[in-house]
Order: sequence, then structure tokens, then C-alpha cells
Amino acid sequence: MIWNPERETMRRSDLETLQLDLLRRQLAHVYEAVPFYRQAFRDRGIAPEQVRSLADLRSLPFTTKTDFRDHYPFGLLAVPRQKLSRVHASSGTTGKPTVVAYSPADMDIWREVCARNLTAAGIVPEDLVQVSMGYGLFTGGLGWHQAAEHLGATVLPMSSGNTKRQIMLIQDFGVTVLVCTPSYAIYIAEQAEEMGVDLAASTLRVGIHGAEPWSEAMRHEIAVRLGLDPIDTYGLSEIIGPGVAGECTEHNGLHLNEDHFYAEIIDPKTGEVLPAGQRGELVVTTLTKEALPVIRYRTGDITSLMPEPCACGRTLVRMEKISGRTDDMLIVRGVNVFPSQIETVLLQVEGVQPHYVIIADREHGAMDDLEVWVEVSQDIFADDIGRLRRLQQHAEQEMQEVLGIHARVKLVEPNRIERSMGKARRVIDRREVYDPHDTTGRPGVS
Amino acid sequence: MRTRQVSAFLENAPGRLLYLLNVLAEARVNLLAHNIVDASEFGIVHLLVDEPDRAIQAIRDAGMTCSMATVLDLLVPDEPGAFADRVLKPLAAAHVNIEYSYTLNAPCQGRARVVLKVDDLDRGEQALRATTL
Repeated sequence: MIWNPERETMRRSDLETLQLDLLRRQLAHVYEAVPFYRQAFRDRGIAPEQVRSLADLRSLPFTTKTDFRDHYPFGLLAVPRQKLSRVHASSGTTGKPTVVAYSPADMDIWREVCARNLTAAGIVPEDLVQVSMGYGLFTGGLGWHQAAEHLGATVLPMSSGNTKRQIMLIQDFGVTVLVCTPSYAIYIAEQAEEMGVDLAASTLRVGIHGAEPWSEAMRHEIAVRLGLDPIDTYGLSEIIGPGVAGECTEHNGLHLNEDHFYAEIIDPKTGEVLPAGQRGELVVTTLTKEALPVIRYRTGDITSLMPEPCACGRTLVRMEKISGRTDDMLIVRGVNVFPSQIETVLLQVEGVQPHYVIIADREHGAMDDLEVWVEVSQDIFADDIGRLRRLQQHAEQEMQEVLGIHARVKLVEPNRIERSMGKARRVIDRREVYDPHDTTGRPGVS
Repeated sequence: MRTRQVSAFLENAPGRLLYLLNVLAEARVNLLAHNIVDASEFGIVHLLVDEPDRAIQAIRDAGMTCSMATVLDLLVPDEPGAFADRVLKPLAAAHVNIEYSYTLNAPCQGRARVVLKVDDLDRGEQALRATTL
């Protein structure tokens, strides 16, 4: 099944004509409505109407996560706040969240692109969809929720957590589709086994996963233990949330919704656009967004694009599974974690900037685990075990507050944190979710 | 009555105390007494040594964290009730709180007593049988 055959199976040449038309309109819209873009275009001496081909987009500057922070909360909006239907947010590089917003028309687009992903995953109106991604400011829960309703399926809005109840309702209600992060899928499997419940024999048939990196080995494990077909999806709140791209049942790349999002692959060091098929950083330009159009957004995600046609009949380009990050950002339990956030907390709690390292780990079958090792320097040390313990607890509380997830703080001796090339290594990702043979985009090693 | 004591930060992991004591041995610092206060993952080691300044220098040179503390060094008669009557009672009366305390056994016939709590008594005993008197 294809949700929107007209768009999803378009001839490539027709699609490119459509993209150019939409791009020119989108550029005119941001130039008119967003001072940040108007200034950025003027700095480069470019007017929107000078963009006459898709390749001309290269002459425009990138948008970064820092730009979102600098225009917090509503500075990048192209419509007045009063015209918004919805505001979401994700963690930013500092204490302030990255704010994203949707007009009523944007909500229609969001439902449409997510419904395409769900349909490509084999989901039909008869399905009972349990949405076990977080509801609230995170785009995952509500994004999939509204799309599954739009598709005509029945939705069970569980959010994440309360795993025993999740398992009970899967069995009692006959849930057929599970929407959650890959690590939560494994956690559910683990819990079910502890409860003596065989979910592989349940009504579950499709898993919609995303919001964090995962490996083929994890996909296999989820498939076997939950007895479903795990489907990879890709999205980010700055662009729209879930719905940017999703796999079809061929499991050979994620179809990018190119009539709404224009993708480029660049060399993350030089910023140059790379030839088709090469691996680099994904840069996305929205083509149809009204409230928050984004031009050349640097996602920080490493992937490549496969233009060859897919056996499913869709002509939309496929991107390979994300193979890493260009920066230090960690995605833990679906939450973006930046070293700078942790640095801010430590500075505030300790009063000085200690040496630290962030370690993400995934014990077999368990949820992602986040540890922050902090070196106890002369400045922090006190001959008072109670004070040191309070320091540790205070840091943990503040991190929970700022990151939204629990991080264990561990006090360690000085010089215990490996220094490499004179530069402290800030992030160690031990989750091994990427292809071990590929070192191009290994995450978190700076 | 007053004496200076070295307090060092250590991770609670195998070999860390050994590492610290090797640093002191290399600096020719003699250990008179020690005591460990721990918070499961980390701890503070209190060291009474013959050369506190040299000890602090050596520990910091080794890249570890430590500080100097002033403590009370008391002698009491070796008889029942002496610690309670002669130390605890006067301090309580003066509303003075004890943060930590440990005993220092005066050398007797060239022997000093060290008390260790280990997580596996049998294996600990086995390991120490040949090296202790």
C-alpha cells in the first residue's frame, strides 16, 4: 500500500520540477517573514528569486541548532504566535530547549508524511497502534499518535513507562503495532520475559522505531523477541518531528518525503555538497512549512542517499540508516544530550569546571544508561564524605532537571579520564549501535 | 595534642589504596595509622604519617587529590571506660561532635595492629596468611 501514490511514485523529473517550484516559494516566504533569513541572504548578496535551480540552493548559508538557540523561543517563526496550533521542544545545546512550532497547515503536512511512513511500514486502518513514545513536548508521541488516527487506525496513547501495564494491554487489547524507541522495545521484551509473557506469540506484527540510533543486530533481536517487523524511521523536531523519512517493508533504506523536505549530503568539514551516493552529513531544507520553514538545516546525522528505484514502487530517494553523528550529541532514550548541558550543570554545582566524561552504555537487554564521571580535583575535594556525597546527589538532581533523563554521577580520581591528543574526550558511546566496520561516523568520539 | 593528618580521595576499586601507599613508600613516608570512610563508590583515606608535608607533596605529584587536616591526638589509659569517661564525656559536655575517629596502637614489641574489613573473609585470610605475622 502507498498512502499518496501521486507524490510517492512521481517521476523523478516531475518531482524535481515540483521541488524547485516549492523551494522558490519557501525561500520567498522566509525572506519576507523571518528577519534572520532575510539578513543571512543579504549577507551573501542573494535574493530568493536568484535561486533558479535546486543546485543554486548551495549558495545559501546553513541553519544550525545554535541559530535556534539564538532566536529562542519564537524568533525563527514565519507566522505570528497567535496563528500556531502547536508548540513542541527538544533539548538544546544549553539549558534552553529548541522550540519548534506548527501552523494548522503544518499539522496537515505532519500527519500526511507520518501516515506515509506508517503505510509504507504496512500499517492499515484495521490496526491497533500502541504509541509508547513520550507524549508532551517531545514530538515522537503526539507526532505518531495523530498520524495513526489520520490513517484510520485505532490508537492507544500509552506514552513511555509503566512497562508492565504496556505488556498487559498489548495482550488484553490485541495490539498489532508498537511505536517506541528501539531500546524501549528491547526493554519491553525483557520485562515480558520476566513476567513469563511470550510477546513473540502475541498479536504484535509491526514495530515503528526511531528517535535514537540502533543496529541491525538490535533489529533482529526486536523481531525475534517481540515477533514483529521492526521498521526504521527518521525525523527531527527542527524539520517537523517524525515523518521526515521511513522504511518500506523492503528494509533497504528510508524513503525521504522529498516533496516536503529537500535533502543534501555535505562534507561536514568543508560544507561542500557531496556527489550522489557518498556518505556525509544530512542537510535538510523544508519546502512546504508555514510556521517554521528551515533552510539548509545541518542535522549532524551521517548518512548517504540512494537514488535508485525501490522494489516497493516508490520513487522517493532512500537514505541509508544513520551511521553516526558529526558532533558530540548523544541520543539517549530518545533524548538529545549535549556535553555543553552537562558542563553547565557541573559548573553550577561544583563552582568550578571539573574534568568529566559522559558515558552512554546499553547493558544487554536494558535501557540506555548514562553516566557522568567527574574528576575530584583539589578544588572540589573536602575531607567530609557527606559533603562529597551531597555534591554527587545535587549534580544528579540538576542533570535530571536539565536533561530530562537520569544520569548517574560518579566521582573519580584525577587523571582517570583518558585524555587523547591533548584534548579531553568528552563522550564515550559504548552502545555499539553502529556498524563496527565503519569508522567514518562513529559517534561521540571527538 | 594536635597533629596533622593527610586526607586523600580514592575511588573504591581494587588496587587504588595499594597505589596510594606505594606513592608514600617511594617518598620514604612511614604510615603510623590509617582509616577509610567510604560512600560505596568512593572514599576518603585518613593517614597519620611521620612526614605529612612530604606525603602531601608526593600524593599531589602522583596526580591524586588530598588535603591536610588538623586532628586531636590523644593518649588514654588502657583500661575499661577510659575512652568514654576521658574523651567522649568531656566532648559531649562541651557540645563537640566527632566527625570520624580511629585508633592508633602504639608499637608493642615491634608490632603494629592493622584492622581490615574485607568482603570475603576466607579469601582475605588465605591471601594474608603468608605475609602477616
